[in-house]
Amino acid sequence: MSEIKAQFKLQLESFSLDAVFTAPSVGVTALFGQSGSGKTTLLRCIAGLEHAAGTLQVNGQTWQDAATFVPVHKRPLGYVFQEASLFPHLSVRANLEYGLKRIATAERKVPMEQVVEWLGLGRLIERGDPAKLSGGERQRVAIGRALLTSPRLLLMDEPLSALDHSSKQEILPYLERLHRELKIPVLYVSHSLDEVARLADRLVLMEHGRVIASGALGETLARLDLPTAHFDDAGAMVEAAVAQQDETYHLTRLDFAGGQLWVGKVDQPFGTLVRARVLARDVSIATHVPQGSSINNILTARIEEIRDEGPDKVIVRMKVGDAQMLLSRITRRSRDHLGLAIGLDVYAQVKSVALMA
Amino acid sequence: MDALDPNDLQAVWLTLKLASVSTLLLLLIATPLAWWLAQSGKWYKGMVAAVVALPLVIPPTVLGFYLLLLMGPRGIVGELTVALNLGRLPFTFAGLVVGSVLFSLPFAVQPIQNAFEAIGKRPLEVAATLRASAWDRFLSVALPLARPGFLTAIILAFAHTVGEFGVVLMLGGNIPGETRVLSVAIYNHVEAMEYGAAHWLAGGMVLFSFVVLLGLYLAGSKFAKVVK
Repeated sequence: MSEIKAQFKLQLESFSLDAVFTAPSVGVTALFGQSGSGKTTLLRCIAGLEHAAGTLQVNGQTWQDAATFVPVHKRPLGYVFQEASLFPHLSVRANLEYGLKRIATAERKVPMEQVVEWLGLGRLIERGDPAKLSGGERQRVAIGRALLTSPRLLLMDEPLSALDHSSKQEILPYLERLHRELKIPVLYVSHSLDEVARLADRLVLMEHGRVIASGALGETLARLDLPTAHFDDAGAMVEAAVAQQDETYHLTRLDFAGGQLWVGKVDQPFGTLVRARVLARDVSIATHVPQGSSINNILTARIEEIRDEGPDKVIVRMKVGDAQMLLSRITRRSRDHLGLAIGLDVYAQVKSVALMA
Repeated sequence: MDALDPNDLQAVWLTLKLASVSTLLLLLIATPLAWWLAQSGKWYKGMVAAVVALPLVIPPTVLGFYLLLLMGPRGIVGELTVALNLGRLPFTFAGLVVGSVLFSLPFAVQPIQNAFEAIGKRPLEVAATLRASAWDRFLSVALPLARPGFLTAIILAFAHTVGEFGVVLMLGGNIPGETRVLSVAIYNHVEAMEYGAAHWLAGGMVLFSFVVLLGLYLAGSKFAKVVK
């Protein structure tokens, strides 16, 4: 019952959508794909902004089927568009209150103070006119405006893609915070692997209007049969806990089931869960314990899968411990020289770890 | 120079009354029409737009002539108004209002339609995701965002009705206190070689038009700043 089940078919002039997916009603599910893969169209169908044929159930409620089409304004959802789209004729406060005023008092579960605190809106409200805000600030107000309707489903359509790099960096911590604090499911459309790795728990992968894969983020990103494994910035996701601080060398040890990673100092209390990405191009493989290496992180791993990638490269999937996956991109020659094969125990040398929070 | 006589003042008053009533009616008709033209994707939208724009290109006398026929004793509208006990419209103030509204329709519809189109779909979609019903979206988003268009429409429709001559003459004639508006009064003075009185009225109209346009541009630039 407690899930989002969607199935849509839509034929547009140059594009057809034929998508089926299920997402749990907790956490962030990323709809991921290249531009033109239909992820935004799918999100618009879910919101009811696009009237496609299909069915949609959210937490056991039917929003759309053959006989039903709940109009957009009667769906308890929040929608954050690519551009903030604040109403220019209203003040920042009136923008925030626009949706809040339109829901019954009993339905108001997200208090204004909470949203203001989460998104750091206090000073933005004082500035009054939305035209006086920067792009990132406007998007924060737009997110707050959507949250204040106490939605049971939050839809975000590439909320960062219209922003420049610094605005993105400014807004990401807020999104990460929402990810931790929000109790409602979020569908997050993105074409950036980096954003997805930071924010999502699950991945729905789209291509040419179809859903080609979906599953837990870590598992899906480690699947070599999917295009994501062949991106230049392909890599595995590691979720690990802060376990030790080395004050002398300014390093932090992160522990995960089956291994540990030393990374640059993470100023968080012990036990804090941290997300990190280990890119395939930053992992090399040795068949013997490497001696005299400058690399801090050498993990024992077992090869699970090897796939050719172009004429010169292969991508290798390894398992560390019972569950953690690692990807490594190496040359075909190295594979042959080292005699790498499925089931072989190897040493994975991790050259760098990208911390996400 | 001849001063203005009470008849002239009556003409000025009548003109302002005609322009006010016509503008009010125009807003009531043009707003839904402009909204439909801005939103609709129907195939006959172009046809409707062309009919609305027709008064821009056909001479006022031609429009007045056909209206006279339509509203006259043997016209469809004429028979209807008689059947409804409204009497005949030609040579009455009501008839002038009908003529003015039709004649100024494009001046009211087009600025409002442009303003609605300039809003785009996005703000309305945003409002829908924020629980606003269609009517609510129209009132709380479309109308306020189209305000500059409404201002232009009001000023153009009002000024255009004030200056109207051809339709009025064909349809309303020259009845003091009923259909003799400013432009007809000026014509009468010129016919009677009373150039002094004609000057007063004509000069007043030039001044009035200038003030209206000045107001329009000042308001326009102010709104442009607000909207940006």
